[in-house]
Amino acid sequence: MSQIDARFQARLGAFSLNVDLHLPGQGVIALFGHSGSGKTTVLRAIAGLERFDGTLVVKGDVWQDEKRFLPVHKRPIGYVFQEASLFSHLSVKQNLTFGLKRIPAAQRRIGLEQVVEWLGIGHLLSRKPQRLSGGERQRVAIARALLTSPRLLLMDEPLSALDTRSKADILPYLERLHDELSIPVLYVSHSPDEVARLADHLVLMEQGRSTAAGPVAEMMTRLDLAIAREQEAESILETTVAEHQPEYHLSRLDFPGGSVMTRMLPAPLGTRQRVRIHARDVSLALSAHNDSSILNVLPAKILEFAPLTEWQVLVRLGLGPDASIPLLARITRRSADQLALAPGKLVFAQVKSVVLAE
Amino acid sequence: MAFDWQPVWLTLKLASVTTVLLLLVGTPIAWWLSQTRSRLKHPLSAVVALPLVLPPTVLGFYLLIFLGPNGPGGGLTQALGIGTLPFTFAGLVVASVLYSLPFVVQPLQNAFEALGRRPLEVAATLRASGWDSFFHVAVPLARPGFLTAMVLGFAHTVGEFGVVLMIGGNIPGETKVLSVAIYDHVETLEYGQAHLLSAGMVGFAFLVLVTLYLVNGRISRGEHA
Repeated sequence: MSQIDARFQARLGAFSLNVDLHLPGQGVIALFGHSGSGKTTVLRAIAGLERFDGTLVVKGDVWQDEKRFLPVHKRPIGYVFQEASLFSHLSVKQNLTFGLKRIPAAQRRIGLEQVVEWLGIGHLLSRKPQRLSGGERQRVAIARALLTSPRLLLMDEPLSALDTRSKADILPYLERLHDELSIPVLYVSHSPDEVARLADHLVLMEQGRSTAAGPVAEMMTRLDLAIAREQEAESILETTVAEHQPEYHLSRLDFPGGSVMTRMLPAPLGTRQRVRIHARDVSLALSAHNDSSILNVLPAKILEFAPLTEWQVLVRLGLGPDASIPLLARITRRSADQLALAPGKLVFAQVKSVVLAE
Repeated sequence: MAFDWQPVWLTLKLASVTTVLLLLVGTPIAWWLSQTRSRLKHPLSAVVALPLVLPPTVLGFYLLIFLGPNGPGGGLTQALGIGTLPFTFAGLVVASVLYSLPFVVQPLQNAFEALGRRPLEVAATLRASGWDSFFHVAVPLARPGFLTAMVLGFAHTVGEFGVVLMIGGNIPGETKVLSVAIYDHVETLEYGQAHLLSAGMVGFAFLVLVTLYLVNGRISRGEHA
Protein backbone atom coordinates (compact mmCIF):
# COMPACT_ATOMS: atom_id res chain seq x y z
CA MET A 1 0.00 0.00 0.00
CA SER A 2 1.41 3.35 -0.94
CA GLN A 3 1.64 5.95 1.78
CA ILE A 4 2.68 8.97 -0.22
CA ASP A 5 0.63 9.80 -3.28
CA ALA A 6 1.86 12.74 -5.30
CA ARG A 7 0.52 13.93 -8.60
CA PHE A 8 1.84 17.14 -10.13
CA GLN A 9 1.44 18.83 -13.47
CA ALA A 10 3.21 21.96 -14.55
CA ARG A 11 4.57 23.71 -17.56
CA LEU A 12 7.71 25.74 -16.92
CA GLY A 13 8.82 27.24 -20.20
CA ALA A 14 10.08 24.42 -22.40
CA PHE A 15 10.03 21.97 -19.50
CA SER A 16 6.89 20.14 -18.56
CA LEU A 17 6.39 18.18 -15.37
CA ASN A 18 3.90 15.37 -15.20
CA VAL A 19 4.34 12.88 -12.40
CA ASP A 20 2.08 10.46 -10.60
CA LEU A 21 3.97 8.82 -7.76
CA HIS A 22 2.83 6.19 -5.28
CA LEU A 23 5.57 5.74 -2.72
CA PRO A 24 5.99 3.56 0.34
CA GLY A 25 5.76 5.20 3.75
CA GLN A 26 9.12 4.01 5.01
CA GLY A 27 12.74 3.54 4.06
CA VAL A 28 14.82 5.60 1.69
CA ILE A 29 13.09 6.38 -1.58
CA ALA A 30 15.51 7.63 -4.21
CA LEU A 31 14.37 9.95 -6.98
CA PHE A 32 17.00 9.17 -9.56
CA GLY A 33 17.64 10.81 -12.90
CA HIS A 34 19.93 13.07 -14.89
CA SER A 35 20.06 16.78 -14.11
CA GLY A 36 17.07 18.46 -15.68
CA SER A 37 14.87 15.40 -15.27
CA GLY A 38 12.70 17.25 -12.77
CA LYS A 39 13.58 15.36 -9.59
CA THR A 40 14.41 18.47 -7.54
CA THR A 41 11.27 20.16 -8.85
CA VAL A 42 9.18 17.23 -7.59
CA LEU A 43 10.87 17.41 -4.20
CA ARG A 44 10.21 21.15 -3.96
CA ALA A 45 6.58 20.61 -4.89
CA ILE A 46 6.24 18.02 -2.14
CA ALA A 47 7.75 20.49 0.33
CA GLY A 48 5.35 23.19 -0.87
CA LEU A 49 8.22 25.41 -2.07
CA GLU A 50 6.66 25.26 -5.56
CA ARG A 51 2.98 25.33 -6.22
CA PHE A 52 1.74 23.33 -9.20
CA ASP A 53 -1.58 21.79 -10.12
CA GLY A 54 -1.98 18.45 -8.48
CA THR A 55 -2.67 16.53 -5.31
CA LEU A 56 -0.45 15.38 -2.49
CA VAL A 57 -1.55 13.00 0.23
CA VAL A 58 0.97 11.87 2.85
CA LYS A 59 -0.10 9.04 5.15
CA GLY A 60 -3.73 9.99 4.90
CA ASP A 61 -3.23 13.76 5.32
CA VAL A 62 -4.06 15.97 2.37
CA TRP A 63 -1.29 18.52 1.86
CA GLN A 64 -2.57 19.70 -1.47
CA ASP A 65 -5.63 19.22 -3.63
CA GLU A 66 -7.89 21.38 -5.82
CA LYS A 67 -8.95 23.53 -2.89
CA ARG A 68 -6.23 23.25 -0.30
CA PHE A 69 -2.55 24.07 -0.22
CA LEU A 70 -0.78 23.61 3.08
CA PRO A 71 1.94 26.29 3.36
CA VAL A 72 5.53 25.09 3.71
CA HIS A 73 5.86 26.00 7.38
CA LYS A 74 2.82 23.91 8.29
CA ARG A 75 4.07 20.73 6.61
CA PRO A 76 5.76 18.23 8.92
CA ILE A 77 8.82 17.89 6.72
CA GLY A 78 12.54 18.13 7.09
CA TYR A 79 14.34 19.50 4.05
CA VAL A 80 18.05 19.22 3.36
CA PHE A 81 19.15 21.45 0.50
CA GLN A 82 21.98 20.78 -1.92
CA GLU A 83 24.06 23.44 -0.21
CA ALA A 84 23.84 23.29 3.57
CA SER A 85 22.29 26.79 3.70
CA LEU A 86 22.97 27.29 7.39
CA PHE A 87 21.97 30.66 8.83
CA SER A 88 25.21 32.63 8.95
CA HIS A 89 24.00 34.92 11.76
CA LEU A 90 23.48 31.98 14.12
CA SER A 91 25.86 29.54 15.77
CA VAL A 92 25.67 25.84 14.96
CA LYS A 93 23.62 25.24 18.10
CA GLN A 94 21.25 28.10 17.29
CA ASN A 95 20.86 26.69 13.79
CA LEU A 96 19.99 23.32 15.26
CA THR A 97 17.39 24.69 17.64
CA PHE A 98 15.81 27.04 15.08
CA GLY A 99 13.32 24.41 13.95
CA LEU A 100 13.24 22.54 17.27
CA LYS A 101 11.98 25.65 19.08
CA ARG A 102 9.17 26.06 16.60
CA ILE A 103 7.44 22.73 17.10
CA PRO A 104 5.30 22.02 20.16
CA ALA A 105 7.14 20.03 22.85
CA ALA A 106 4.58 17.23 22.59
CA GLN A 107 5.54 16.67 18.94
CA ARG A 108 9.27 16.37 19.58
CA ARG A 109 10.30 12.80 19.01
CA ILE A 110 13.95 13.43 18.24
CA GLY A 111 16.11 15.16 20.82
CA LEU A 112 19.07 17.48 20.41
CA GLU A 113 21.56 15.22 22.20
CA GLN A 114 20.50 12.19 20.20
CA VAL A 115 20.92 13.93 16.84
CA VAL A 116 24.19 15.55 17.85
CA GLU A 117 25.51 12.11 18.74
CA TRP A 118 24.20 10.43 15.55
CA LEU A 119 25.84 12.99 13.30
CA GLY A 120 29.00 13.50 15.34
CA ILE A 121 28.70 17.29 15.60
CA GLY A 122 29.03 17.73 19.37
CA HIS A 123 32.37 19.54 19.09
CA LEU A 124 30.96 22.08 16.59
CA LEU A 125 28.03 23.46 18.58
CA SER A 126 29.51 26.81 19.59
CA ARG A 127 31.04 27.54 16.21
CA LYS A 128 29.70 29.78 13.47
CA PRO A 129 28.76 28.01 10.21
CA GLN A 130 31.47 29.96 8.37
CA ARG A 131 34.08 28.03 10.34
CA LEU A 132 32.90 24.56 9.33
CA SER A 133 34.06 22.33 6.48
CA GLY A 134 31.62 21.41 3.72
CA GLY A 135 30.94 17.98 5.17
CA GLU A 136 30.43 19.36 8.68
CA ARG A 137 28.00 21.98 7.41
CA GLN A 138 25.92 19.37 5.63
CA ARG A 139 25.83 17.20 8.75
CA VAL A 140 24.58 20.19 10.75
CA ALA A 141 21.96 20.84 8.07
CA ILE A 142 20.76 17.23 8.28
CA ALA A 143 20.63 17.42 12.07
CA ARG A 144 18.73 20.71 11.89
CA ALA A 145 16.12 19.15 9.60
CA LEU A 146 15.79 16.05 11.80
CA LEU A 147 15.19 18.16 14.90
CA THR A 148 11.80 19.25 13.60
CA SER A 149 10.81 15.57 14.11
CA PRO A 150 9.57 15.42 10.52
CA ARG A 151 7.13 12.83 9.26
CA LEU A 152 8.86 12.98 5.89
CA LEU A 153 12.51 13.85 5.29
CA LEU A 154 13.31 15.41 1.92
CA MET A 155 16.94 15.46 0.80
CA ASP A 156 17.98 17.22 -2.40
CA GLU A 157 21.34 15.77 -3.46
CA PRO A 158 22.82 16.48 -0.04
CA LEU A 159 26.23 15.19 -1.12
CA SER A 160 26.57 16.66 -4.58
CA ALA A 161 28.20 19.92 -3.47
CA LEU A 162 30.85 18.03 -1.50
CA ASP A 163 34.25 16.74 -2.55
CA THR A 164 34.89 13.00 -2.63
CA ARG A 165 36.45 12.95 0.79
CA SER A 166 33.58 14.81 2.51
CA LYS A 167 31.15 12.51 0.71
CA ALA A 168 32.88 9.43 2.03
CA ASP A 169 32.87 11.13 5.42
CA ILE A 170 29.12 11.72 5.47
CA LEU A 171 27.71 8.59 3.80
CA PRO A 172 28.14 6.39 6.89
CA TYR A 173 26.04 8.91 8.87
CA LEU A 174 23.30 8.72 6.28
CA GLU A 175 23.36 4.93 6.38
CA ARG A 176 23.14 5.05 10.13
CA LEU A 177 20.10 7.32 9.94
CA HIS A 178 18.56 4.88 7.51
CA ASP A 179 18.90 2.16 10.12
CA GLU A 180 17.83 4.19 13.14
CA LEU A 181 15.02 6.33 11.80
CA SER A 182 11.57 5.08 11.03
CA ILE A 183 10.57 8.10 8.95
CA PRO A 184 10.49 7.88 5.17
CA VAL A 185 13.24 9.73 3.33
CA LEU A 186 12.84 11.07 -0.19
CA TYR A 187 16.35 11.32 -1.55
CA VAL A 188 17.12 13.07 -4.82
CA SER A 189 20.27 11.81 -6.47
CA HIS A 190 21.98 11.39 -9.79
CA SER A 191 24.66 9.10 -8.37
CA PRO A 192 24.10 5.34 -8.90
CA ASP A 193 26.60 4.77 -6.10
CA GLU A 194 24.54 6.68 -3.51
CA VAL A 195 21.39 4.93 -4.68
CA ALA A 196 22.99 1.50 -4.32
CA ARG A 197 24.19 2.34 -0.84
CA LEU A 198 21.16 4.07 0.59
CA ALA A 199 17.95 3.45 -1.31
CA ASP A 200 15.26 0.89 -0.60
CA HIS A 201 12.91 2.09 -3.26
CA LEU A 202 13.81 3.70 -6.54
CA VAL A 203 11.91 6.11 -8.77
CA LEU A 204 13.44 6.85 -12.15
CA MET A 205 12.82 10.30 -13.58
CA GLU A 206 13.26 11.38 -17.17
CA GLN A 207 12.24 14.67 -18.78
CA GLY A 208 9.73 15.59 -16.11
CA ARG A 209 8.16 12.14 -15.93
CA SER A 210 8.61 9.18 -13.65
CA THR A 211 9.43 6.32 -15.99
CA ALA A 212 9.65 3.40 -13.57
CA ALA A 213 9.48 2.73 -9.84
CA GLY A 214 9.94 -0.21 -7.50
CA PRO A 215 12.13 -1.84 -4.85
CA VAL A 216 15.77 -0.94 -5.48
CA ALA A 217 17.13 -4.49 -5.82
CA GLU A 218 14.59 -5.20 -8.54
CA MET A 219 14.93 -1.85 -10.30
CA MET A 220 18.72 -2.01 -10.53
CA THR A 221 18.58 -5.38 -12.26
CA ARG A 222 15.78 -4.69 -14.72
CA LEU A 223 17.21 -5.26 -18.16
CA ASP A 224 14.88 -2.73 -19.77
CA LEU A 225 16.21 0.16 -17.69
CA ALA A 226 19.32 2.20 -18.43
CA ILE A 227 20.73 1.82 -14.91
CA ALA A 228 21.37 -1.92 -15.50
CA ARG A 229 23.18 -1.14 -18.73
CA GLU A 230 25.73 1.22 -17.21
CA GLN A 231 29.37 0.25 -16.87
CA GLU A 232 29.01 0.21 -13.07
CA ALA A 233 25.74 -1.77 -13.06
CA GLU A 234 25.31 -3.79 -9.89
CA SER A 235 22.96 -5.90 -7.80
CA ILE A 236 22.09 -5.48 -4.15
CA LEU A 237 21.79 -8.22 -1.54
CA GLU A 238 20.44 -7.65 1.97
CA THR A 239 22.38 -10.01 4.22
CA THR A 240 23.08 -10.64 7.89
CA VAL A 241 26.48 -11.31 9.40
CA ALA A 242 26.40 -15.06 10.16
CA GLU A 243 29.95 -16.18 10.96
CA HIS A 244 33.43 -14.79 11.51
CA GLN A 245 36.47 -16.86 10.46
CA PRO A 246 39.37 -15.13 12.21
CA GLU A 247 41.92 -17.67 10.94
CA TYR A 248 41.26 -16.52 7.34
CA HIS A 249 40.14 -13.06 8.37
CA LEU A 250 36.82 -13.59 6.58
CA SER A 251 33.16 -13.15 7.47
CA ARG A 252 30.21 -15.09 6.13
CA LEU A 253 27.08 -13.15 5.25
CA ASP A 254 23.85 -15.09 4.82
CA PHE A 255 20.82 -14.19 2.76
CA PRO A 256 17.83 -16.29 1.68
CA GLY A 257 19.61 -17.34 -1.52
CA GLY A 258 22.84 -18.63 0.08
CA SER A 259 25.84 -16.91 1.55
CA VAL A 260 28.82 -14.81 0.48
CA MET A 261 32.24 -14.41 2.05
CA THR A 262 33.89 -11.04 2.58
CA ARG A 263 36.90 -9.73 4.42
CA MET A 264 36.24 -9.93 8.14
CA LEU A 265 33.79 -7.30 9.37
CA PRO A 266 33.99 -5.62 12.77
CA ALA A 267 30.22 -6.04 13.11
CA PRO A 268 28.67 -8.48 15.62
CA LEU A 269 26.80 -11.55 14.37
CA GLY A 270 23.25 -10.80 13.32
CA THR A 271 24.06 -7.29 12.04
CA ARG A 272 22.27 -6.35 8.84
CA GLN A 273 24.67 -5.70 6.01
CA ARG A 274 23.87 -4.60 2.49
CA VAL A 275 26.33 -5.84 -0.13
CA ARG A 276 26.66 -4.87 -3.76
CA ILE A 277 27.85 -7.07 -6.56
CA HIS A 278 29.01 -5.58 -9.83
CA ALA A 279 27.54 -7.24 -12.91
CA ARG A 280 31.04 -7.48 -14.40
CA ASP A 281 32.24 -9.50 -11.38
CA VAL A 282 29.71 -12.29 -11.89
CA SER A 283 30.51 -15.20 -14.19
CA LEU A 284 28.39 -18.24 -14.88
CA ALA A 285 29.14 -21.98 -14.84
CA LEU A 286 27.05 -25.07 -15.40
CA SER A 287 28.55 -26.95 -12.42
CA ALA A 288 29.63 -25.87 -8.97
CA HIS A 289 33.26 -26.80 -9.46
CA ASN A 290 35.31 -26.22 -6.37
CA ASP A 291 38.58 -26.06 -8.24
CA SER A 292 38.79 -22.32 -8.60
CA SER A 293 39.89 -19.58 -6.21
CA ILE A 294 36.46 -18.04 -6.26
CA LEU A 295 34.82 -18.34 -2.83
CA ASN A 296 31.35 -17.22 -3.65
CA VAL A 297 29.40 -19.63 -5.80
CA LEU A 298 25.64 -19.29 -5.74
CA PRO A 299 23.04 -21.55 -7.35
CA ALA A 300 20.89 -19.42 -9.65
CA LYS A 301 18.18 -19.62 -12.22
CA ILE A 302 18.37 -17.70 -15.50
CA LEU A 303 15.40 -15.36 -15.64
CA GLU A 304 16.14 -13.44 -18.81
CA PHE A 305 18.98 -12.01 -20.83
CA ALA A 306 19.48 -9.25 -23.36
CA PRO A 307 22.28 -8.19 -25.68
CA LEU A 308 24.32 -5.33 -24.21
CA THR A 309 27.08 -4.64 -26.73
CA GLU A 310 28.32 -6.48 -29.80
CA TRP A 311 30.22 -8.89 -27.61
CA GLN A 312 28.45 -8.75 -24.25
CA VAL A 313 25.20 -10.09 -22.87
CA LEU A 314 23.42 -8.94 -19.72
CA VAL A 315 21.84 -11.78 -17.74
CA ARG A 316 19.32 -11.47 -14.93
CA LEU A 317 19.48 -14.36 -12.51
CA GLY A 318 17.20 -15.34 -9.66
CA LEU A 319 18.69 -16.49 -6.35
CA GLY A 320 16.98 -18.30 -3.52
CA PRO A 321 14.37 -21.06 -3.41
CA ASP A 322 11.84 -19.17 -5.53
CA ALA A 323 14.47 -17.30 -7.58
CA SER A 324 13.10 -14.02 -6.17
CA ILE A 325 16.40 -12.32 -5.36
CA PRO A 326 17.74 -10.76 -8.54
CA LEU A 327 21.40 -10.82 -9.53
CA LEU A 328 22.88 -9.24 -12.62
CA ALA A 329 25.71 -10.82 -14.63
CA ARG A 330 27.56 -9.38 -17.59
CA ILE A 331 29.20 -12.06 -19.73
CA THR A 332 30.43 -12.34 -23.30
CA ARG A 333 28.05 -13.34 -26.05
CA ARG A 334 30.38 -16.20 -26.85
CA SER A 335 30.09 -17.59 -23.30
CA ALA A 336 26.33 -17.24 -23.44
CA ASP A 337 26.27 -19.33 -26.60
CA GLN A 338 28.69 -21.93 -25.22
CA LEU A 339 26.62 -22.34 -22.05
CA ALA A 340 23.45 -22.46 -24.16
CA LEU A 341 21.76 -20.02 -21.80
CA ALA A 342 17.98 -20.07 -21.78
CA PRO A 343 15.39 -18.72 -19.38
CA GLY A 344 14.67 -21.26 -16.64
CA LYS A 345 18.06 -22.95 -16.89
CA LEU A 346 19.85 -23.59 -13.60
CA VAL A 347 23.44 -22.35 -13.36
CA PHE A 348 26.04 -21.37 -10.77
CA ALA A 349 26.96 -17.75 -10.40
CA GLN A 350 30.60 -17.23 -9.46
CA VAL A 351 31.05 -13.91 -7.71
CA LYS A 352 34.56 -12.57 -7.96
CA SER A 353 34.13 -9.75 -5.50
CA VAL A 354 31.57 -8.38 -3.12
CA VAL A 355 31.39 -4.68 -2.30
CA LEU A 356 30.28 -3.80 1.18
CA ALA A 357 27.89 -0.90 1.35
CA GLU A 358 29.32 0.46 4.56
CA MET B 1 28.71 86.37 21.59
CA ALA B 2 28.22 82.93 23.07
CA PHE B 3 28.05 79.89 20.87
CA ASP B 4 24.47 79.12 19.97
CA TRP B 5 23.86 75.42 20.52
CA GLN B 6 20.21 75.56 19.63
CA PRO B 7 20.55 74.77 15.89
CA VAL B 8 22.84 71.82 16.75
CA TRP B 9 20.35 70.24 19.13
CA LEU B 10 17.48 70.92 16.78
CA THR B 11 19.33 69.25 13.93
CA LEU B 12 20.17 66.18 15.99
CA LYS B 13 16.56 65.94 17.16
CA LEU B 14 15.26 66.26 13.61
CA ALA B 15 17.70 63.65 12.28
CA SER B 16 16.90 61.19 15.10
CA VAL B 17 13.15 61.44 14.75
CA THR B 18 13.43 61.24 10.97
CA THR B 19 15.69 58.17 11.10
CA VAL B 20 13.30 56.29 13.37
CA LEU B 21 10.35 57.12 11.13
CA LEU B 22 12.36 56.27 8.03
CA LEU B 23 13.12 52.80 9.34
CA LEU B 24 9.46 52.24 10.15
CA VAL B 25 8.32 53.45 6.74
CA GLY B 26 11.28 52.36 4.64
CA THR B 27 11.63 48.76 5.85
CA PRO B 28 8.23 47.56 4.61
CA ILE B 29 8.71 49.40 1.32
CA ALA B 30 12.19 47.92 0.85
CA TRP B 31 10.96 44.44 1.76
CA TRP B 32 8.03 44.67 -0.63
CA LEU B 33 10.27 45.94 -3.44
CA SER B 34 12.76 43.13 -2.82
CA GLN B 35 10.15 40.35 -2.85
CA THR B 36 7.54 41.48 -5.34
CA ARG B 37 7.09 40.40 -8.93
CA SER B 38 4.40 43.05 -9.36
CA ARG B 39 4.41 45.43 -12.30
CA LEU B 40 4.22 48.29 -9.82
CA LYS B 41 7.75 47.53 -8.64
CA HIS B 42 9.55 49.82 -11.07
CA PRO B 43 7.14 52.76 -10.88
CA LEU B 44 7.29 52.63 -7.08
CA SER B 45 11.09 52.37 -7.11
CA ALA B 46 11.15 55.46 -9.30
CA VAL B 47 8.91 57.39 -6.92
CA VAL B 48 11.12 56.46 -3.96
CA ALA B 49 14.20 57.57 -5.90
CA LEU B 50 12.77 60.91 -7.05
CA PRO B 51 14.41 62.95 -4.25
CA LEU B 52 17.81 61.75 -5.53
CA VAL B 53 17.23 63.53 -8.82
CA LEU B 54 15.01 66.50 -8.03
CA PRO B 55 16.42 69.77 -6.69
CA PRO B 56 15.40 69.89 -3.01
CA THR B 57 13.65 73.18 -3.72
CA VAL B 58 11.21 71.40 -6.05
CA LEU B 59 10.31 68.91 -3.36
CA GLY B 60 10.04 71.69 -0.79
CA PHE B 61 7.90 73.81 -3.09
CA TYR B 62 5.36 71.07 -3.72
CA LEU B 63 5.28 70.12 -0.06
CA LEU B 64 4.64 73.75 0.81
CA ILE B 65 1.69 73.80 -1.58
CA PHE B 66 0.46 70.35 -0.54
CA LEU B 67 0.68 70.95 3.20
CA GLY B 68 -0.32 74.61 3.03
CA PRO B 69 -3.72 75.90 4.19
CA ASN B 70 -5.20 75.43 0.71
CA GLY B 71 -3.53 72.09 -0.16
CA PRO B 72 -5.11 68.66 0.31
CA GLY B 73 -2.56 67.71 2.97
CA GLY B 74 -3.08 70.99 4.78
CA GLY B 75 -6.85 70.50 4.63
CA LEU B 76 -6.44 67.11 6.23
CA THR B 77 -4.15 68.31 9.04
CA GLN B 78 -6.50 71.22 9.74
CA ALA B 79 -9.51 68.91 9.82
CA LEU B 80 -7.60 66.75 12.30
CA GLY B 81 -7.01 69.81 14.43
CA ILE B 82 -3.23 69.79 14.01
CA GLY B 83 -3.15 73.02 12.08
CA THR B 84 -0.84 73.46 9.10
CA LEU B 85 2.60 71.89 9.05
CA PRO B 86 4.76 74.30 7.07
CA PHE B 87 7.09 76.36 9.26
CA THR B 88 6.81 73.86 12.14
CA PHE B 89 9.12 71.13 13.37
CA ALA B 90 6.54 68.47 12.38
CA GLY B 91 6.53 69.85 8.85
CA LEU B 92 10.33 69.54 8.76
CA VAL B 93 10.06 65.91 9.85
CA VAL B 94 7.56 65.08 7.09
CA ALA B 95 9.75 66.75 4.51
CA SER B 96 12.91 65.06 5.80
CA VAL B 97 11.31 61.63 5.71
CA LEU B 98 10.37 62.09 2.07
CA TYR B 99 13.68 63.68 1.17
CA SER B 100 15.83 60.97 2.79
CA LEU B 101 13.61 58.01 1.87
CA PRO B 102 15.80 56.69 -0.98
CA PHE B 103 18.84 56.71 1.31
CA VAL B 104 17.09 54.23 3.60
CA VAL B 105 15.05 52.19 1.14
CA GLN B 106 17.82 51.48 -1.32
CA PRO B 107 20.42 49.99 1.07
CA LEU B 108 17.68 47.94 2.71
CA GLN B 109 16.31 46.73 -0.60
CA ASN B 110 19.81 45.78 -1.77
CA ALA B 111 20.46 43.93 1.48
CA PHE B 112 17.16 42.01 1.26
CA GLU B 113 17.73 41.15 -2.39
CA ALA B 114 21.26 39.93 -1.66
CA LEU B 115 19.83 37.35 0.73
CA GLY B 116 18.20 35.47 -2.15
CA ARG B 117 15.26 33.16 -1.61
CA ARG B 118 17.17 30.34 0.06
CA PRO B 119 17.34 31.53 3.72
CA LEU B 120 13.60 32.16 3.69
CA GLU B 121 12.90 28.79 2.12
CA VAL B 122 15.05 27.13 4.76
CA ALA B 123 13.22 29.03 7.49
CA ALA B 124 9.87 27.92 6.08
CA THR B 125 10.94 24.26 6.09
CA LEU B 126 11.93 24.81 9.74
CA ARG B 127 8.33 25.84 10.54
CA ALA B 128 8.86 29.61 10.53
CA SER B 129 5.90 31.61 9.19
CA GLY B 130 6.37 34.68 7.00
CA TRP B 131 6.61 37.19 9.86
CA ASP B 132 8.77 34.88 11.92
CA SER B 133 11.20 34.45 9.00
CA PHE B 134 11.26 38.17 8.39
CA PHE B 135 12.18 39.11 11.95
CA HIS B 136 14.44 36.16 12.79
CA VAL B 137 16.16 35.51 9.47
CA ALA B 138 15.80 38.36 6.98
CA VAL B 139 16.37 41.28 9.37
CA PRO B 140 19.42 39.84 11.18
CA LEU B 141 21.00 38.73 7.91
CA ALA B 142 20.39 42.18 6.44
CA ARG B 143 22.07 43.87 9.45
CA PRO B 144 24.78 45.66 7.43
CA GLY B 145 22.04 47.07 5.20
CA PHE B 146 20.17 48.42 8.23
CA LEU B 147 23.30 50.03 9.56
CA THR B 148 24.03 51.70 6.23
CA ALA B 149 20.42 52.82 5.93
CA MET B 150 20.37 54.35 9.41
CA VAL B 151 23.64 56.18 9.00
CA LEU B 152 22.83 57.49 5.54
CA GLY B 153 19.31 58.50 6.55
CA PHE B 154 20.59 60.33 9.63
CA ALA B 155 23.51 62.01 7.91
CA HIS B 156 21.52 63.04 4.89
CA THR B 157 18.89 64.66 7.10
CA VAL B 158 21.58 66.56 8.98
CA GLY B 159 22.87 67.89 5.70
CA GLU B 160 19.62 69.02 4.08
CA PHE B 161 19.14 72.67 3.27
CA GLY B 162 16.88 73.40 0.31
CA VAL B 163 13.85 71.55 1.55
CA VAL B 164 14.22 73.05 5.02
CA LEU B 165 14.43 76.54 3.66
CA MET B 166 11.31 76.07 1.56
CA ILE B 167 9.07 74.43 4.13
CA GLY B 168 10.66 75.25 7.47
CA GLY B 169 11.90 78.75 7.11
CA ASN B 170 14.20 80.07 9.78
CA ILE B 171 12.43 80.01 13.15
CA PRO B 172 14.91 79.67 16.02
CA GLY B 173 14.19 76.58 18.14
CA GLU B 174 11.57 75.34 15.72
CA THR B 175 12.99 75.09 12.22
CA LYS B 176 16.38 76.80 12.31
CA VAL B 177 18.66 73.81 11.77
CA LEU B 178 22.43 73.82 11.30
CA SER B 179 22.58 74.31 7.57
CA VAL B 180 20.20 77.26 7.79
CA ALA B 181 22.11 78.71 10.73
CA ILE B 182 25.34 78.58 8.75
CA TYR B 183 23.68 80.32 5.84
CA ASP B 184 22.42 83.00 8.25
CA HIS B 185 25.85 83.57 9.76
CA VAL B 186 27.39 83.99 6.33
CA GLU B 187 24.69 86.42 5.26
CA THR B 188 25.34 88.53 8.32
CA LEU B 189 29.10 88.17 7.85
CA GLU B 190 29.60 86.27 11.13
CA TYR B 191 32.35 84.16 9.59
CA GLY B 192 33.64 82.94 12.94
CA GLN B 193 30.36 81.30 13.87
CA ALA B 194 29.96 79.94 10.33
CA HIS B 195 33.45 78.43 10.56
CA LEU B 196 32.69 76.73 13.84
CA LEU B 197 29.50 75.14 12.62
CA SER B 198 30.89 74.22 9.21
CA ALA B 199 34.04 72.64 10.59
CA GLY B 200 31.87 70.74 13.03
CA MET B 201 29.78 69.44 10.14
CA VAL B 202 32.86 68.34 8.18
CA GLY B 203 34.20 66.50 11.21
CA PHE B 204 30.83 64.91 11.88
CA ALA B 205 30.39 63.74 8.29
CA PHE B 206 33.90 62.27 8.24
CA LEU B 207 33.42 60.45 11.55
CA VAL B 208 30.09 59.01 10.46
CA LEU B 209 31.44 57.65 7.19
CA VAL B 210 34.61 56.21 8.72
CA THR B 211 32.54 54.46 11.39
CA LEU B 212 30.19 53.10 8.74
CA TYR B 213 32.99 51.69 6.60
CA LEU B 214 34.79 50.22 9.60
CA VAL B 215 31.74 48.52 11.01
CA ASN B 216 30.49 47.19 7.69
CA GLY B 217 33.97 45.99 6.82
CA ARG B 218 34.15 44.09 10.07
CA ILE B 219 30.71 42.55 9.58
CA SER B 220 31.43 41.37 6.06
CA ARG B 221 34.85 40.01 7.09
CA GLY B 222 33.15 38.12 9.91
CA GLU B 223 30.54 36.66 7.56
CA HIS B 224 33.04 35.39 5.04
CA ALA B 225 35.84 34.23 7.26
